[in-house]
Amino acid sequence: MKDSESASIVRFENVGLRYGLGPEVLQDITFALEPASFRFLLGESGAGKSSLLKLLYMALRPTRGQISLFGKNVASTSRHELPRMRRRVGVVFQEFRLLDHLSAFDNVALPMRVAGAKEADIRRHVEELLSWVGLKDHLNSRPTTLSGGQQQRIAIARAVITRPKLLLADEPTGNVDDKMGLRLMHLFEELNKLGTTVIVATHNLGIVRQLAHPVMRLENGRLNTDEAEIISDLGLDEPGVGAGGRTGGPNFTRIH
Amino acid sequence: MFLRRRSDLPMNEDTLGRFLPWLIAFMVFLAALALAGMLVLGDAVARWDTGLNATVTVQVPPGTGAKDDEQRLGQVLAVLARQEGVERYETLSKENLLGLLKPWIGEAGQAGDLPIPVLIDVTVDRDADLDIGRLGQELAALVPGVSVDDHRVWLSQLVRLVTVIQILAWAVLGLIALATVGTVVFTTRTGLAVHRDAIEVLHLIGAQDAYIARQFAARALGLGLRGGFLGLLMAVPTLVGIGYLASQTGSAMVPAPEFGLLKAIGFLALPVAVALLAMTTARSTVMRNLKKMT
Repeated sequence: MKDSESASIVRFENVGLRYGLGPEVLQDITFALEPASFRFLLGESGAGKSSLLKLLYMALRPTRGQISLFGKNVASTSRHELPRMRRRVGVVFQEFRLLDHLSAFDNVALPMRVAGAKEADIRRHVEELLSWVGLKDHLNSRPTTLSGGQQQRIAIARAVITRPKLLLADEPTGNVDDKMGLRLMHLFEELNKLGTTVIVATHNLGIVRQLAHPVMRLENGRLNTDEAEIISDLGLDEPGVGAGGRTGGPNFTRIH
Repeated sequence: MFLRRRSDLPMNEDTLGRFLPWLIAFMVFLAALALAGMLVLGDAVARWDTGLNATVTVQVPPGTGAKDDEQRLGQVLAVLARQEGVERYETLSKENLLGLLKPWIGEAGQAGDLPIPVLIDVTVDRDADLDIGRLGQELAALVPGVSVDDHRVWLSQLVRLVTVIQILAWAVLGLIALATVGTVVFTTRTGLAVHRDAIEVLHLIGAQDAYIARQFAARALGLGLRGGFLGLLMAVPTLVGIGYLASQTGSAMVPAPEFGLLKAIGFLALPVAVALLAMTTARSTVMRNLKKMT
C-alpha cells in the first residue's frame, strides 16, 4: 500500500467538490493512477467530468478529501510551488482557451516560454509539433482565423509541447473528424509510451472502442471504476467497431 | 526582456493603452512646470545670497553744509575702518547716486542744491563677530541721523517666501507621484479584470505571478515613457515662453533662466522617473492582486 501510494501520479481519497453552497458535484471520489497509465473518463454531460479535470489541473481545490499529484499533497502546496506542479500537467481544455491575439506558434510556445526555455529550442520544438498536427502552414495564423478542428489541434499541441507527466484532455476529439481524432489519440499514446499519464474525457465511444485503454465513468458525481460494469453498460464490448478484446487495464490501481 | 515586443496578454487591444499615456503626459507636464519653478527660484535665491547677503548700506544724511557733511562722513568711515568684520566699504559718488535717482527726480538733482544723503556700500563678513544692530547704534550716537540698512533682513523674508514656494513645489511633485501611482493602480486592476481569462490560462500552464506581473510592468514602462516624453514635449513651449517673459522684465531680481546640462538631466529624468514609478506600481499591483486568484 505504501509503495503504490508513493508511486502514484494521481491519487484521490474521498474527494468531494461543491460550488459555493450548492450540492456536491463530485462525491467520494477515490482512485489512483500509476505512472504511464492511460484512462478514458466517461460520463454524460453534467456528470462532473470537467469538474474532476479541474481538480486535476489545480484550477479548483476540493471541498473535502485529499488529492495528491506526483506524490505531493495539493492542499499543502504553496502558491509559489504551484506553477512548477502545473508545468508537469498538460491540459487540453474543452473550449481550447487559446489566446486569440497570439499566433498559433506563440500559443503553442507559451508553456515553454513560461518555463523559461530558450527561443531557439522553442522554435524547433513548436514548428516540429505544429507540422506534426498538420498546421505547418498556419504557424502565424491567429486562432480566430482557423477552424474549430485546427484550433483544437493547437490546443493539443500546447498541452503536449513540454512533454507533461500528466496529460488531461477534455473532449479532445470533439471538433475533428474520426481520422484526425485517431491521429491525435495516437499522439497521446506516443506520449503515454514515453511515460506520460493520460486522462481523456470523451463522449466518443468509437474511439474508446478502438483504443484498448481502461475506462472509468462518472455517474451523478460518483466515480465508477468497475470496468466490467461500464463496458457492459455502454456496450463497449459489442462487436463490429474497432478492436475487441477489451480488458481491464493492468495498471489500474484500486484503493480499498 | 522588458521591452519585448510580443506580450502574452492582449494588452494592445484594451483601451487602457490609449488613455494611460495621456494621463502620464499631463502629470509630467505639471511636474515639469513645478520643477522649472523650483529651479528658477533656487537660482534667484542663490543670486540674492551672493549678491546682497553680504552687503550693508550705511546712509549718512546731509548736514548743515558741505564742510559738516565731510566731517560727518569722515567720522563714520573711521568707525567702519576699525570695525572688525567689515571687509570693504565704498562711498557711492554723487554722480552715481544721482544716476540712481534720475528715474524719480529727473534732471532736478543735477543742480547740486538737492540735499542728498551719502551712501556707503559696505561688504561684511557674515562669519565674523559683527553685530550690525550695534554698529548702527554706535554710528547713530556718533553722528545723529546715520542709519544702517541690513539687506539681509528683508532678504531673509524674501528667502522665506521662496522657500515656502519651493516646499509647495516639492509637494506638487509628491502629489503628482501619488496621482501617477493611483492611476496606474486603477488601470492595472482594470487590466487584470479585462484579461482575467488569459491570466488564468497562463496560470494553468504554469506561469509564475512574476511572469504575468512582468508583462504588466513592461507595458506600464512603455506607456509611461511614451506619455512622459510627450508631457515633457508639451512643457517645452510653456517653459520657453515663461523664460522669454522673465528675460523681458530685465530685472535683476528675476534671473533669466539658465539652462545647464544638470537641469537638462533633471528634466529628462522626469518622464523616466514617472515611467519607472508606473512600472513598479504595475508590478506590485499585479503581484498583490494575483494572490487573490487561483
